[in-house]
Amino acid sequence: MVSLLDIIGPVMVGPSSSHTAGACRLGLLARCLVGGTPERATVELHGSFARTGEGHGTDKAIVGGLMGFRPDDERLRTALEIMEREGLTYQFEKTSLGDDAHPNTVRITLERGDRRSQMVGASLGAGRVLVTEIDGYPVEVSGNLHTIVLVAHDVKGSVARIAGILADANVNIATLKLSRKERGGDAFMVIEVDEQPDESVRDAIRELSWVAWAFRLDKVSA
Amino acid sequence: MYRSLADAIRDAEARGTTLSAVALEAEAKDQGRPIAEIRDALRRALVVMRGAVERGLVGDLRSASELVGGDAAKMRTGPAGPLAGTPFRDVLARALAVQEVNAAMGVIVAAPTAGGAGVLPAVLTGLAAAQGIDDDKVIDALATAGLIGAVVAERASLSGAEGGCQAETGAAAGMAAGAAVEMLGGSPRQVGHATALAQQGTLGLVCDPLGGLVELPCVFRNATGAAIAMAAIEMAMAGIEFAIPADEVIDTMGEIGASMDVRYRETAGGGLAATPTGRRLARERLYELKRSGG
Repeated sequence: MVSLLDIIGPVMVGPSSSHTAGACRLGLLARCLVGGTPERATVELHGSFARTGEGHGTDKAIVGGLMGFRPDDERLRTALEIMEREGLTYQFEKTSLGDDAHPNTVRITLERGDRRSQMVGASLGAGRVLVTEIDGYPVEVSGNLHTIVLVAHDVKGSVARIAGILADANVNIATLKLSRKERGGDAFMVIEVDEQPDESVRDAIRELSWVAWAFRLDKVSA
Repeated sequence: MYRSLADAIRDAEARGTTLSAVALEAEAKDQGRPIAEIRDALRRALVVMRGAVERGLVGDLRSASELVGGDAAKMRTGPAGPLAGTPFRDVLARALAVQEVNAAMGVIVAAPTAGGAGVLPAVLTGLAAAQGIDDDKVIDALATAGLIGAVVAERASLSGAEGGCQAETGAAAGMAAGAAVEMLGGSPRQVGHATALAQQGTLGLVCDPLGGLVELPCVFRNATGAAIAMAAIEMAMAGIEFAIPADEVIDTMGEIGASMDVRYRETAGGGLAATPTGRRLARERLYELKRSGG
């Protein structure tokens, strides 16, 4: 359903909702994977991001997002200078992620302290984004709500356990998507929630013996 | 939200109210939020729109490629043409101003998109300033613009890559024309005709940005989009009715967009982007950018 405020908005730094607002949001989502501003990052731009990204300031927008700036933050314009001043090592490369990849796709590899992670995401237009891969696992995260992504061994009662952890933390589930490759194989959960869960929720989920991997991504839409 | 302008007009007429009133009610219901909250968000958007207009009119901004910048100030203070001193000329200057801010990575409201962001603030703030219209009415007009944009999004497209520039600057012109007619006291029916008149004037408009950048011709097309909106406003307020209903004009826009060659949909492969000068400028400026490190 189209909303009035989707049409009259977002408030954003120009020039392009795909190349700046969407790119910034992808940076904001990526930084969640390492729990803050990454010290080192490799940003690989694909398709139109690679071709006209520089002219559109896509590199600045992604770097700004990685540093935690929102799409309407005027510091995006000088993000590369701020990055250098802060002593962050971010490098840019042009790449091809295949014919199937959306024209505005980026692969971001991050390091912060002992945390290291990789994300692939696309800017779909009008500032909307879709994260399609985290650490090699296929996902679908839009950033429209706070999201928890996890991979678990397919055991009985897993959904109930995780719902319980969220309920105990007073976090309401908005949507829940489950998928698995085969019965008894890895089960995949993307849980969108209404309240921002704190790190302890993610940690509690990670401590479950049958959870292989879990991430918490912030809401990045307006 | 409505997916037909005709339905919204019928509801507004049946209840003797405005299109903004029915649009705000529908939005409040969809989102489960009070109308006051939605109007507050629109009020914040208006503040950003005015900020972009003022920032752009200073005239010191250049895009990274230096393809555009400085023309909004020229439009405001340059030598007198036939429109000198009129609100029309002021509206054109405002449209250029917002789009120059956009190209220079300043803060704007994407309405409906960043590439078409100059038209709506130019027409609404320009006419409000000329006629002393208060902010509450401008905010209502933004709601009407949002309603029209939502109908275009549902029935056709608001993306240059999908529908050509008729879907960005063209949709912006339709939104601005309809919204301004309500702001100036026109009836819901007149809003519909203004939208149809503006949108019919932009049918077939290709999206052909040089080098793929939202700069040229985008900045100038926002001014011509505002001009088309002004013509539509004037015609609708004079009582002119367009025979094809707005919904059908919008459907037509969607159909034309879908059948447009991919060269004409934001790929920089056709239109002005493919002219010898267009190609040369894109090559030189993008190369310069790379050499200077952005």
